[in-house]
Amino acid sequence: MTHQEPAPTGGAVLPPDAGGEVGTSAARGDSMAGRIAAGILASPKASIAALVCVFLIGAALGAPVLAPQDPYDLTAIDIFDSRLPPMSVGYEGQRYVLGTDTQGRDMLSAMLYGLRTSLSVGLTAGLLALAVGTALGLVAAWAGGRIDALIMRTVDLMLGFPTILVALMILVVFGQGTWKVILALVFVQWAYFARAVRGAALVEIGKDYVEAARCLGLSSGRILFAHLLPNCLPPLIVIGTIQVASAIAAEATLSFLGIGLPITEPSLGLLIANGYQVLLAGLYWMSVYPGLLLLALVFAINVVGDRLREILNPRLVR
Amino acid sequence: MMTPLLSVSGLVTEFPGRDGAVRAVDGVSFDLARGRILGLVGESGSGKSVTGFSVLGLVDAPGRVVAGSVRFDGEELLGASPRRLRSLRGNRIAMVFQDPMMTLNPVLTVGTQMVETVCAHRRVSRRAARVEARDALGKVGIPSPEERLDAYPHEFSGGMRQRVAIATALLHAPDLIIADEPTTALDVTIQSQILGEVQRLCAETGTGLIWISHDLGVVAGLADDIAVMYAGRIVERAGVDDVLDVPRHPYTRGLINAIPGAGERGRPLHQIRGSAPSPTSRLVGCAFRPRCDRAGEACLEEPGEVLGPEGRRWRCFHPLEAGA
Amino acid sequence: MTAFVIRRLLQSIFVLALTSLIVFLGIYAIGDPLEILLSPDASLAERDQVSRSLGLDRPLPWQYLNFVGDALGGDLGRSFVYNRSAVTVIFERLPATLELVLTALVLSLLIGVPLGLWAGVKPRSRTDETIMTASILGFSLPNFWQGMMLIMIFSVTLGWLPSTGRGQTGTLFGVQTSFATHDGLRHLVLPALNLALAQIALVIRLTRTGVQETLPLDFIKYARARGLSESRIVFVHVMKNILIPIVTVLGIEFGSLIAFAVVTETIFAWPGVGKLIIDSINALDRPVVVAYILVIVTMFIIINLLVDLMYSALDPRTRARPA
Repeated sequence: MTHQEPAPTGGAVLPPDAGGEVGTSAARGDSMAGRIAAGILASPKASIAALVCVFLIGAALGAPVLAPQDPYDLTAIDIFDSRLPPMSVGYEGQRYVLGTDTQGRDMLSAMLYGLRTSLSVGLTAGLLALAVGTALGLVAAWAGGRIDALIMRTVDLMLGFPTILVALMILVVFGQGTWKVILALVFVQWAYFARAVRGAALVEIGKDYVEAARCLGLSSGRILFAHLLPNCLPPLIVIGTIQVASAIAAEATLSFLGIGLPITEPSLGLLIANGYQVLLAGLYWMSVYPGLLLLALVFAINVVGDRLREILNPRLVR
Repeated sequence: MMTPLLSVSGLVTEFPGRDGAVRAVDGVSFDLARGRILGLVGESGSGKSVTGFSVLGLVDAPGRVVAGSVRFDGEELLGASPRRLRSLRGNRIAMVFQDPMMTLNPVLTVGTQMVETVCAHRRVSRRAARVEARDALGKVGIPSPEERLDAYPHEFSGGMRQRVAIATALLHAPDLIIADEPTTALDVTIQSQILGEVQRLCAETGTGLIWISHDLGVVAGLADDIAVMYAGRIVERAGVDDVLDVPRHPYTRGLINAIPGAGERGRPLHQIRGSAPSPTSRLVGCAFRPRCDRAGEACLEEPGEVLGPEGRRWRCFHPLEAGA
Repeated sequence: MTAFVIRRLLQSIFVLALTSLIVFLGIYAIGDPLEILLSPDASLAERDQVSRSLGLDRPLPWQYLNFVGDALGGDLGRSFVYNRSAVTVIFERLPATLELVLTALVLSLLIGVPLGLWAGVKPRSRTDETIMTASILGFSLPNFWQGMMLIMIFSVTLGWLPSTGRGQTGTLFGVQTSFATHDGLRHLVLPALNLALAQIALVIRLTRTGVQETLPLDFIKYARARGLSESRIVFVHVMKNILIPIVTVLGIEFGSLIAFAVVTETIFAWPGVGKLIIDSINALDRPVVVAYILVIVTMFIIINLLVDLMYSALDPRTRARPA
């Protein structure tokens, strides 16, 4: 006599991926990269934003090739061509698509190089903060006890102060310079990563397989890197994206205030600062265009970051 | 013959799932006469709570009632306007939920929540509403009701909170109370107190009551009629004495046997082998088949409702003998 | 509860001490205190005098105690530019900044909460999507650039509002404030908006999240089962539950606003503490910079402490009352 078997999902009322927990990468069927790609493509907003990011990164990388003029080459700049509005024709017949600044530099070129600087500083700071924060977060989670308490108290302390203020104070006390700016940003941002990584790592440490691995005598290092780290990736990716945007914006603000990057490496922030001085005279293009570019960059990264958060942390809406 | 207070017929409530819609309630029908108490009994996942919510139109989206009829005092509730439903809820049909810690807003005082319930349906001043709330608390046996009105839910014990919920349910002298496992979260002594209170209040006010529970023993002392649910369907429906003395459905028999009795010390507890199917994995034919000793070829078909003497009903191809 | 308060107080004092130590070391151990605290054109006699009063020949711990002692008495050096006690200068300018910050906070609540509520009660609708994207835009906009654009649009092009400066102040409830005069208000609008924009975005997101997390909860279902109207459910039951976290976050954000005020005040030439610090950095008026750092850090610590205390006071569940 035949009879039907209950469906394999009998007993489980929820669909399998409803939980917010992340299983070990090997245990999950689809890869995280796949899920990310699918998730982004599913949202038209995020797809456009991702495209913009790729485009801007490409523009930044290709600045030396794409820019009509090298803004650092003093021989190429003509002071007679200064303060020209967009689409004007210059002294030697070249067309300045976005106008020129007070020194006669082509805005488009200056913006491309500025984009390059902003992006490289932001990415460097973000990645360094990620590395430092991840390392400290893992140490805190693994060591536990007093080390954990010490690290987490420091994290709480850092997070109690706004990025700008701390960076400002550091730069005031220790002076300026590109690497000082990057380090100041890292000094503040590592805390976000440390907290997230520690949280994710603690969840993993509580699982049986870690205990088993320890019993087998696997070295701490191996456990940390092969097992814990992959499971901390989702929050890291989300926070990393958003922190890069935050770093870019912070650097721009610091440069605008005059305590950021030196003028030999102008970022978009500095360009906007220069534009500020002539804004009231009606020479809008020197501030509007670099600002729009900066806005586009930060906005696109944030939109992608927001979407990544929806994909990778379904339970955490914050 | 008077129209029944509540008449549910062919109720089907679905939840969209990954592989098609899941029927939490699969064709449920029952009647409740004025002033009677119905015990709706079933295991977790049988759909009993969803049935209660479906009557009041409180099924959590994206679930919804897709078929059937719910007639309250002759008026069709399914498809009624939200405004109409809202005017009935808490007013003529009240609900008591399982865990009052979760159901009372933790940041508002009990008094606020009771007063707003009064004012939602009648134009009374806050002061008058407060008096009513105080009296209601007194009626359910809460000491110093005036002070308790200004207390927060977490300041009450579990039993007291449930009394508050019952008091709130009685504020507008409803015709029907639907109680969804109201004593499950309480300990046994409190449970019997609450049961006694509820029985008394319903007798005094002539309120109809649907008591939803997984515990047949609890319901047995309280209800006039019992409906047994399994896998989204009512498999047996009859007066309480008939069900307990002469169950027709094998599942009912299993439930009765599973109640530990004082006279059976030392004997192993009866179990119904297997476990209840989840709503996502319903079988073809009789849902109880894998666990039934009496199952046969016929059971591959879905059993229809058999109408027995004195309004008894059951769904089974091989019912227990009358007198078994 | 008291144990909690004491613990937090001790923590705060510890952080304060730590910061003062760091600043102290930055000035006295790493840098040359005379160069930092004395105007470049001080006479030799002045140098000697200051050197002795600071105890630069004494051991470092003594100097630190001296430093702290002076600080507690309000003496953190004299401003080179203003030729007055640095602390005095800072406290003179603080009211202007506070006016800006408080206005921005209120604005962010008034605009952000309704928008967040609207988005929250219609999840995944067009309204929701639009409001959420707008909020991402809100905190992506570089603060300074957005301020400049506001000036460009409303001052230069439309000519509706003044571009820079603080307007006339009058007295309201015994306090000198821009709210008392029409001119003052006109000057307040753009900078306050500029400062508030990122906060509005934050409040929108917080509110929406709060609403979305609260609506599925059981007590909302129970409220519906009692026949309460949707508006009462949203405006009383949901609001009361989400206001507490929102207000506490805003309390913390108060500090962030003071930080961003630095940018806003620079752009709008608002005579507050933010503009002061930038001017002082550029003018190398280091006593003011040092004083600013210490005053701000102290303010932050106090704010965080107050917010913690306020949270435990507001949430009735944490108040220990006998059941």
